[in-house]
Amino acid sequence: MPVNIHSVGEVLTVYLEGEIDHHAAKGMREEIDAAVEFNMPSLLILDFDRVTFMDSSGIGLVMGRYKNLQKSGAKLNLSNLPPNIYKVMKLSGIEKLAKIDKGEN
Amino acid sequence: MKAINTFSLKIPSRSTNESFARVAVASFAAQLDPTVEEISDIKTAVSEAVTNCIVHAYANTIGDIYINCAILPEKRLRIKIKDKGCGIEDIKQAMEPLFTTAGGERAGLGFAVMESFTDNLKVRSTLGKGTTVTMEKRISVRENV
Repeated sequence: MPVNIHSVGEVLTVYLEGEIDHHAAKGMREEIDAAVEFNMPSLLILDFDRVTFMDSSGIGLVMGRYKNLQKSGAKLNLSNLPPNIYKVMKLSGIEKLAKIDKGEN
Repeated sequence: MKAINTFSLKIPSRSTNESFARVAVASFAAQLDPTVEEISDIKTAVSEAVTNCIVHAYANTIGDIYINCAILPEKRLRIKIKDKGCGIEDIKQAMEPLFTTAGGERAGLGFAVMESFTDNLKVRSTLGKGTTVTMEKRISVRENV
């Protein structure tokens, strides 16, 4: 499964990998939701450094997680977005809801 | 408009074919010497159109998706993605950003992405007959270095 999960204190970091499309998003969603339910973080960081492709299914994935986190008042950060991923993500207006950092490149 | 080169592809609407479809079109487009960003735009737009066929056109069934690509003069790529699925009742509404009939995990941004990542987008649909999405992408002319 192209998802690596690290939990430190109240911060849960999920390192996503590979391509996020409609086909791949389902498995990622299940992994993330299970980890959130188990760890109950106050901050969820989704790391996109190793994501090579994303379409609007990735936006759906982020929006869905944001809605879930709102129930417990937890925050969402999006981290290390490569340029092509950021280009898709910014169409969603998610920047108003979650903190985004574009990474070093 | 006379095409310089073409290719056609017919694939069943299985979600595993999403990545195959976008890579096939991107490989065909490679002969236009696109930039990394242009290739990424093409892959993303194709992925959206094919996903629409899978999620909406053939929601509870498996049907055929037809992809036709043409290279036109002046480094233009035309991509036609057609299904014989349920059709779209209200195209204008379907194309509105954030509108979706597919529930919470879909962003409703498929057409918005296609529109913003290509230079021209046309959608034709007949209820019960199917939908054809035609996109055109101009590939930049680069100086040889």
